[in-house]
Amino acid sequence: MPKPILTIKKLTKKYGNNVIFHDIDLVVNEGDTIVVIGPGGTGKSTLLRCVILLTKPDGGEIWLDDLEITAKGADEDRVRQHIGMVFQNFLLFNHLTALENVKLGLTKVKHLPEAAAHEKALAELTRVGLADRADHYPGQLSGGQQQRVGIARALAMDPRVMLFDEPTSALDPELIGEVLEVMRNLSLEGMTMIVVTHEMGFAREVADRIVFMEKGSIVEEGTPDDLFYRPKYERTREFLWKITELYGKKEAKE
Amino acid sequence: MNFSSFIQYIASGTAYTLGVTLVALPSGLVLGVLFALLYVYGGRVVSRLMSLYSTVMRGIPPIVLLFILYFVMSGSVNLSPFWAGSISLGIISSAYQMEIVRGAILAVSGEQMLAARAIGMSTLEAIRYVILPQTLRLAIPPWSNEAAIVIKDSSLVYALGVPEILRRAQLISASTQQPFLAYISAAVIYFALVFIANRLLARLERRLTIPSNP
Amino acid sequence: MAEWLGLFQRFLKDFILGAGTTLELTAVGLLMGFLLGLGLALAKTFGPKWLRAIATGYIELFRGTPLLVQLFLIYYGLPSLGITLSQTLSAYLALGLNSAAYQAEYLRGAIQAIGNSQMMAGRSIGLSRWQTIQHVILPQALRLALPSWSNEPISLLKTTAIVFLIAVQDLMAKAKRAATITYNPIGSYLAVAVVYLVLVFALDALLKWAERKTKIPGFEINTKRV
Repeated sequence: MPKPILTIKKLTKKYGNNVIFHDIDLVVNEGDTIVVIGPGGTGKSTLLRCVILLTKPDGGEIWLDDLEITAKGADEDRVRQHIGMVFQNFLLFNHLTALENVKLGLTKVKHLPEAAAHEKALAELTRVGLADRADHYPGQLSGGQQQRVGIARALAMDPRVMLFDEPTSALDPELIGEVLEVMRNLSLEGMTMIVVTHEMGFAREVADRIVFMEKGSIVEEGTPDDLFYRPKYERTREFLWKITELYGKKEAKE
Repeated sequence: MNFSSFIQYIASGTAYTLGVTLVALPSGLVLGVLFALLYVYGGRVVSRLMSLYSTVMRGIPPIVLLFILYFVMSGSVNLSPFWAGSISLGIISSAYQMEIVRGAILAVSGEQMLAARAIGMSTLEAIRYVILPQTLRLAIPPWSNEAAIVIKDSSLVYALGVPEILRRAQLISASTQQPFLAYISAAVIYFALVFIANRLLARLERRLTIPSNP
Repeated sequence: MAEWLGLFQRFLKDFILGAGTTLELTAVGLLMGFLLGLGLALAKTFGPKWLRAIATGYIELFRGTPLLVQLFLIYYGLPSLGITLSQTLSAYLALGLNSAAYQAEYLRGAIQAIGNSQMMAGRSIGLSRWQTIQHVILPQALRLALPSWSNEPISLLKTTAIVFLIAVQDLMAKAKRAATITYNPIGSYLAVAVVYLVLVFALDALLKWAERKTKIPGFEINTKRV
């Protein structure tokens, strides 16, 4: 019986007179991997930032398990312990080693003792394949490695949901694979994930559901097969056509 | 005595403050540009010399230099405190202005010089028609900082007896036994001068901006 | 020349004492200025509107008026309001308050450069705003600010020279004394100029060493030292 972990109800966000997105409804069940696609600038990143409460929405509600996290008086810092976010530009703490990056949340937020924190941090780094780089600083790591550390840092907090904001868009092509690999494994292990990306191959193979957003609202939602082979809307078909062409992947229409 | 008469008395020193600034700043500029050009284009020996000048002049507190230069000048030439003080400040400022102009030249130079020589200009012509125009635009923001500094440093010449703003504040503070009011008034006037100078220079910068599409 | 060296020798002990006071003034002013300046920088970057306005006002006032006026205000002016401070305390206060305004700008630049994205990253793992400032932003911002901030200690060292005008016994005061005794103002002030140069060089070397020591591997930022 699928259990909703994250429910987004009628979420709206504006900047002045500009409507970024409006009346977004989305239900994410435990273990789901949701991939959000759509043209640039349609508010996908902003949506993720609203979910993790780094941006305040102008209308609507977000529920995490049984708690409305957008309610007044909700302890935002605590909520953010249960949601993990991976950023397009990695945003690692430059002054700390890879291990210290992963450890910081454990010591300062979860208040784990030093030894336990160290162990767990190392375990997470091993999970993303970077145990041997534990003592390196971000400046000494490649983009792909930095992003994997970013993933480990978020995972260390044992989040209920992981959010990925275009995790591979800032990477050189040959480094994209290693990050997608980690993400695929996470999905297979049962992590609940929302991924904003242009990587159609990943969407096709890993997503449980794909959400197509355009001009601030959800146009269509469905399984990869639904969207790629039986899109309900012309706009969906057009977009998928353009983007699979752009990325040189095999056509959707086969 | 009320606030406005305070301001009036002290403000009459503004002429001297402006006078000092308007002697020091331009002379600092002329020397600064000259020294900067020598530094960048003058060859190894000259370059080292200018570097030494810069390090020494900027490593000694302005007030110390002011006293040294003042005593040297009033000893050898018969200059009034006003002129001795102003010229000294100008010499001091020239070291800082040299660094500003030098930084701006280096920010422009490289390829622009290459392009200019490539169409047949001599180094001198290149400097005059290509490098300097761009340099002077780039230099305006840090230069307005220096201008503000000179206006404020002009207060140092009170120690030489020049009847500028601070000196007058001192006098009126003594005669009215109201030092707080006197020095607040002085502060207000200086603030106004620095404010106006910044505004004017900002306007100049806008005027001279080379159009570009960001 | 020999005469000048003789002057130097004669007053060397005096000059060293004066130099000690000068360094003390610099250190106190720098520390005060740093603490207050950091507060101003944080207020301007992360504070609510009214706090930002106050911080901006403070900075504009202290950078827009001569230090000498500020010094006289504190030493000569405050007594008429009932607050009387000694020469040394007045000097500390004036130097500290003034330096804060300049340090605030150096620090603010670095904090803003690091600021927003690192704030997001820190908060995304559940750190509070204040925790993020403490453990993520400041460690990076302070290192980033070091090259341009290094202008301030040197500038402050030179600035302290004016406090002799309220009779604080610093290096300049000793020079004045030497000048009065020997009737050789140029020689005296030249001697002291040399001492100031030595102090500045030493301080500069110290700062460069600090820069090297605190570098983050792989995170090289090229900020120019003026």
